[in-house]
Amino acid sequence: MSMRQTKLWSWHVIAGVVLLVLVGLHMAIMHLNGILNLVGYNPAGEDPIAWENVVFRAQQVTFMIVYILVLAAGLFHGLYGTRTILFELNPSPGVRTLITTVFLILGIGLFIFGSWAAIAARSTALALMQ
Amino acid sequence: MSQTKNQTTDIVFRVRRFDPGQDDEPNYEDFTVPVKPGMVVLDGLWWIKENLDATLSWRSSCRMGVCGSCAMMVNSRPMLSCNTQVLDVADQVLLLAPLPNFDIIRDLVPDLMPMLENHRKQMPWIVRDDGEEQEAPTDQYWQTPHELEKYLQFSYCIKCGACMAACPIVAIDNDYPGPQPLAQGYRYLIDTRDGAFKERKKILSTEAGPWSCHYAGECSSVCPKGVDPARAIQLMKRELVFDYLRLNKKRYQKPACLLPPENRSGRRSEIPEPPAFTVEGAVSNNPPT
Repeated sequence: MSMRQTKLWSWHVIAGVVLLVLVGLHMAIMHLNGILNLVGYNPAGEDPIAWENVVFRAQQVTFMIVYILVLAAGLFHGLYGTRTILFELNPSPGVRTLITTVFLILGIGLFIFGSWAAIAARSTALALMQ
Repeated sequence: MSQTKNQTTDIVFRVRRFDPGQDDEPNYEDFTVPVKPGMVVLDGLWWIKENLDATLSWRSSCRMGVCGSCAMMVNSRPMLSCNTQVLDVADQVLLLAPLPNFDIIRDLVPDLMPMLENHRKQMPWIVRDDGEEQEAPTDQYWQTPHELEKYLQFSYCIKCGACMAACPIVAIDNDYPGPQPLAQGYRYLIDTRDGAFKERKKILSTEAGPWSCHYAGECSSVCPKGVDPARAIQLMKRELVFDYLRLNKKRYQKPACLLPPENRSGRRSEIPEPPAFTVEGAVSNNPPT
């Protein structure tokens, strides 16, 4: 397939950068809130896992998109990396195809499930408001 | 070393031997060599061949670190035996073995053909449309010193295979071409006189590209010519990724052209004409005057 490895590697790097930024955001909001005092993300006080703060974040469409983005980047980066490691064990071409197929199905399946969970969490949080 | 010129030190050359016609597996054999200051490992091997065992085999040619034939494991590190002083690396025992990651032809002779085949796959030559100009050049191509710098160090490769022997990925991944072919691939990929970026990137975008490199950097640390293949491989990845992301649109549109007429100086008058051919029927590469 033309340019296949270049594409996969490029997206692997991009996913890594996305993870770096979004995990940084997670660290800032969830673990460094006491220092950074991000009131906009935790309006109910310093504790990021206080019920009101969790519900507030779950209601935001931005957070839902970010959750799905983290999921996509994490799944691609992790599965492609694991596939690379497994390929270094010199499997036969048949086993390589099997690994790729299993990871593809696993990745798509987990992405659908995770995205559904993020959307459902937002719907639940919105329902709690009413 | 405080030794005088004629003092000798007995050093045991522990050499890994293997004759595929006789041996099931390699074994080590000891040879005691009287080493004088200034002797290189290759001199010691010649001394063994001339005085102790004429069947000992290795590969060597130029004896001055240029041809790359005599690379071998010297005390478990890939080195050129012709420019490694024995007394610099051993005071009692010197361990010699063929380069790993290659099949052994005999004793210290590795089979470099897989590396050279991969080297050939990288199209290690300038590809252009103007074949006539290449066959009978009329002037220089337009390349700045800065553009030359980009590939110059990689052109110092002597294909000794030391980097391949040191690479942990070559040791485990049959598809990975290794640092030597990839560094040479990059050397031509980045040469502004070359016009085959599209063809080259097709080759490099497969499993046989640079993607398995973990950047261990061992290839660069053992290179006897100071080439940095690990750097070439990372830069190659960057070129390919930037090309895929359309971040270097203009770079590979056209190969470098000939110098513009106002910059052409023609043949310098102080350079004499080449002597006449001594072989009958030889064809001149010089352009007709």
